[in-house]
Amino acid sequence: MIHKYTSNGYFIVLDVNSGAVHVVDELFYDILDYLSEDNLPQTCPAEALSALQEKYPQKEIIETYEEILALHEKDLLFSSDDYEKFASMMTPSPVKAMCLHIAHDCNLRCQYCFADTGEYMGHRQLMSFEVGKAAIDYLIKYSYGRHNLELDFFGGEPLMNFDVVKQVVQYARSLEKEHNKLFRFTITTNGLLLDDDKIDFINKEMSNVVLSIDGRKEVNDRVRARVDGRGCYDSIMPKFQHLVQKRGQDQYYVRGTFTKYNKDFANDVLHLNEMGFDQISVEPVVADPKMPYALTQEDLPEVFAEYDRLSKIMIEKDKKGEGFNFFHFMIDLDQGPCAIKRLRGCGCGNEYVAITPDGDVYPCHQFVGHEEWKMGNVFDQSLDFERKAQFAKATVYGKEECKNCWAKFYCSGGCNANSMQYQGDILKPHKLSCELEKKRVECAIMIKAAEADLV
Amino acid sequence: MKHVKTLNNANLKESAVKGGCGECQASCQSACKTSCTVANQKCEHKK
Repeated sequence: MIHKYTSNGYFIVLDVNSGAVHVVDELFYDILDYLSEDNLPQTCPAEALSALQEKYPQKEIIETYEEILALHEKDLLFSSDDYEKFASMMTPSPVKAMCLHIAHDCNLRCQYCFADTGEYMGHRQLMSFEVGKAAIDYLIKYSYGRHNLELDFFGGEPLMNFDVVKQVVQYARSLEKEHNKLFRFTITTNGLLLDDDKIDFINKEMSNVVLSIDGRKEVNDRVRARVDGRGCYDSIMPKFQHLVQKRGQDQYYVRGTFTKYNKDFANDVLHLNEMGFDQISVEPVVADPKMPYALTQEDLPEVFAEYDRLSKIMIEKDKKGEGFNFFHFMIDLDQGPCAIKRLRGCGCGNEYVAITPDGDVYPCHQFVGHEEWKMGNVFDQSLDFERKAQFAKATVYGKEECKNCWAKFYCSGGCNANSMQYQGDILKPHKLSCELEKKRVECAIMIKAAEADLV
Repeated sequence: MKHVKTLNNANLKESAVKGGCGECQASCQSACKTSCTVANQKCEHKK
């Protein structure tokens, strides 16, 4: 399978199964319309020759076709799909990542929050240390031989229960040596309660920190308001700047959400960059299409154009030595994840679980509150292995629509929770998210093509 | 080649045979937690 597209003046061809990315000329691009895995004769097909002879000299067409054949022989174009056999062998994995819902409460009332207003359709509650401790024991037990473990402190707003965060970190660290584990902690915060003590603890202990802010003040404050309705930008911006300055390294993200209200979201990305951040993630809201802020199919042309605009700006900034990292345009064409990782994506319910303040286990943070998806509890160390096996099988070959999609090894099947919530089945990808993901991958690869031009 | 420039040393197929150790970061934890992307993740064995 191949995918070809044009972007910013580049003709780009992806060979899906090998992962090869080719920047080609227009002739090469045009000939591909007449070829397929099943139609690659030893000489250029007459149909292609006759269709293209008015546009290109015959000699050039033949020469280009020979290059196509040479790439095919090297298995870099129209390469075969050998992965289904691996997909059928995908068995449940150890649990290696955990989202700890340290606070089902929040001091913001963001309009688009998937967790209601922090309480996940339940009641406001903070996790006790006893639950946190049992969760660490649970993770150690079910991670079996895995060495690297991830634990994300999530909410609601985790800083509302920071003493327990500290206790849990201390407890987990105390077990690392004995169990041969390395804990990588992360925390996702809205920043309102940040102070120097918390910043210092976070910067010392957390391998990554996600700082929630949507961009420009008016954009942020419209949807991210406090309980009394006031915006939070003026309070959090200086705190985030202070945290990042003290942190002194690039393992952090300022992370925003864009909605129908700011389809010019590139301006928010640029604003965050202007405010001193160079690790930026601004992502589309996922919401019920009936909500006024929800992005819908009709918004896609504008959103796509904005991704294009952002990519071009980023190329220009990079040329001037002012480059920054945008999470969704990060792509490493050579050193990225192995194909096995790419078959199964997010890992939820299989190698990743979420723990509620009561100690209940769910496939991921987005399933919390949907009682029917509960998978166990940390106190009796129960885990629904049948459910786990169901998630383990949610590979790109287990999802009909992904199987034949060119982007399957870039996105790996998307978010199972979104699929469940909006398509009613973890094996049916959320269409709008697919469209957006494909566009971002195209932009990310185009940026690589532009970078290659500079070498 | 005159009409094509290949940007990477493709290695996906090779990685299927050698890969799958599972020590890498769970994709969803990285930054987003709402919009899963995998191709931007790192392999634990490649620096």
